[in-house]
Amino acid sequence: MQFFFEVLIAGLLSGVMYSLVALGYVLIYKASGVFNFAQGAMVFFAALTAVGLHDLGLSLWVAVPLTMAVMVVLGLVTERIVLRPLVAQPEITLFMATIGLSFFIEGLAQAIWGANVRGLDLGIDDVPLEWLLDHANMAISQFDLIAAAIAAAMVAALAIFFSKTKIGRALRAVADDHQAALSVGIPLHHVWGVVWAVAGFVALVSGLLWGARNGVQFSLTFLALKALPVLILGGFTSVPGAIVGGLIIGASEKLAEVFLGPYVGGGIDGWFPYVLALLFLLVRPEGLFGEKIIRRI
Amino acid sequence: MFYREAGQFKATYEEDSRIFPIRQDRIVFAFILAFAFLGVPLLASLGIVSNYTFTAILTPFLIFSLAALGLNILTGYAGQLSLGTAAFMAVGAFASYNFMLRIEGMPILVAFMLGGLCAAAVGIVFGLPSLRIRGFYLAAATLATQFFIVWCLTKVGWFTNYSSSGVISAQKIVILGYTFQSSMSKYLFVLAVVSVMALLAKNMVRSNIGRSWMAIRDMDMAAEVIGFRPIRTKLMAFAVSSFYCGVAGALFAYAYLGTVEPEGFNLDLSFRILFMVIIGGAGSILGSFLGAAFIVLLPIYLNVLLNFTEAATGIDLPSGLSSSVELMVFGSLIIFFLIVEPHGLARLWQIGKEKLRLWPFPH
Repeated sequence: MQFFFEVLIAGLLSGVMYSLVALGYVLIYKASGVFNFAQGAMVFFAALTAVGLHDLGLSLWVAVPLTMAVMVVLGLVTERIVLRPLVAQPEITLFMATIGLSFFIEGLAQAIWGANVRGLDLGIDDVPLEWLLDHANMAISQFDLIAAAIAAAMVAALAIFFSKTKIGRALRAVADDHQAALSVGIPLHHVWGVVWAVAGFVALVSGLLWGARNGVQFSLTFLALKALPVLILGGFTSVPGAIVGGLIIGASEKLAEVFLGPYVGGGIDGWFPYVLALLFLLVRPEGLFGEKIIRRI
Repeated sequence: MFYREAGQFKATYEEDSRIFPIRQDRIVFAFILAFAFLGVPLLASLGIVSNYTFTAILTPFLIFSLAALGLNILTGYAGQLSLGTAAFMAVGAFASYNFMLRIEGMPILVAFMLGGLCAAAVGIVFGLPSLRIRGFYLAAATLATQFFIVWCLTKVGWFTNYSSSGVISAQKIVILGYTFQSSMSKYLFVLAVVSVMALLAKNMVRSNIGRSWMAIRDMDMAAEVIGFRPIRTKLMAFAVSSFYCGVAGALFAYAYLGTVEPEGFNLDLSFRILFMVIIGGAGSILGSFLGAAFIVLLPIYLNVLLNFTEAATGIDLPSGLSSSVELMVFGSLIIFFLIVEPHGLARLWQIGKEKLRLWPFPH
């Protein structure tokens, strides 16, 4: 039982990291109706840029804000070059455009920084928390806990940003109805620029956390793909959905790998989340917290 | 001027329903086929077309065309986006391998058919969610196919005949005692299979079933209301598309690579085929071929170009750069095509024909 809880908690904590990536998708989807497949590539690009600058001799305190600036520019350029010409195209076209974008960003990141695996040290040790080890005899990584705390703080900040600030309300208005938002005088392109910049910020944070954990390498883009089942579970339009979905995926993936894996040869965490999400979709096509899909002719 | 159909009348129903109603099209197409079947081997025997051209360009081009054709049926005609193409190819390849391995005297073409049918069955199973979900929800769900199938083929030893590395060596292609050994004979074999299947596909999309796919694609609710059965239509699209991908996968293993492992059918390959469909033109048989040609040739030319710049400028470019640049070029081309010409190369061909018809007059 002890072991079960240990796996469960480790799963939940890694689930928080998935949520963090998923959050980037939800932000852009909510505001512009674009399913941004390139979010994973952005995570990779952000982490690689931060590490690359750090390796050049800049301290993290300089490298990270610099990367943030790069991500904002990248977001604004994307909005201008890719999305603006594709306004009012079917969603699926936009989706495919972001697949192209993700290839471009992956190529760009590697062209600039090379394809080697780079280590990233944030100064947080990936060791079991001693207090828990002593009192409950459970090995829970300190790094995971801190990462989860950062993720929670970000979610809270984003929630406040969305509900309290002027620009956040404008974002929600745009998400609700592009035309109505335009007609009450909300600058659409401006708002989209902000969303892409915020998504870049989320990508940077998740890139740093994942990168510190697994090393900054190309497989980061696949980790980001794991955010897709999270989104399906939680619903594409819901921030709480991204969190809950992430927790479910993280926990079930780890539990399945540990308790189910040995019977079928292991390695099932590669596909388990997708199949879980697929089965879930059969029951609830709009996800846990997604908006009910109403279709008209 | 060059492409005028004035004076060509259709007097019978047969004439009206032929694939190429315009005489010029028929001539051009007959010429292309003759060139592919006779001209290319002739050039090869004269030593103009090298072995390398067959193994590195022509054969993969045809095989990828077939896979793109399969995906085009699903995505371009039936409107169901799939990111699991490579998985269906893997099913086709490994099923054919096992049929050949385990059944004595199995004819290779039948094994390919059965492999395709296995892929179709898998396609139906993983197509079931399409009845409830659409768009990129479905795309995300098809990722399940991709990861699950590759994992399954890697983990279950029976599929790879308990090969320790998971790599299978495809058997020889033997038909009626003739062994397809040389690269040219393999090319001709693939060409024959692809021609027949492309003809079938062309007729399928012009017929009842193809029209119902397009109705579902354009507006599935409306199609349902006017009496198309969405379950049957969508699953049919998944089955046919997977069948094509499965046969393409079998050819990929037997006529192109020779030895394959499940990991060879990864997500990257799926994306590559999706790009062929987008660049070539979704919803066009011709587009599948144009897109495949483009994607097969692009890396080759890109490499030549990079080597050339290296030689011309004397700067030693880092070795990993060409693959990164390839990714960037792929990505930008996708975006470029979606913005400028969402209907792909096939549409450019249409525009070209319009221009030829009017030339040299402006209207």
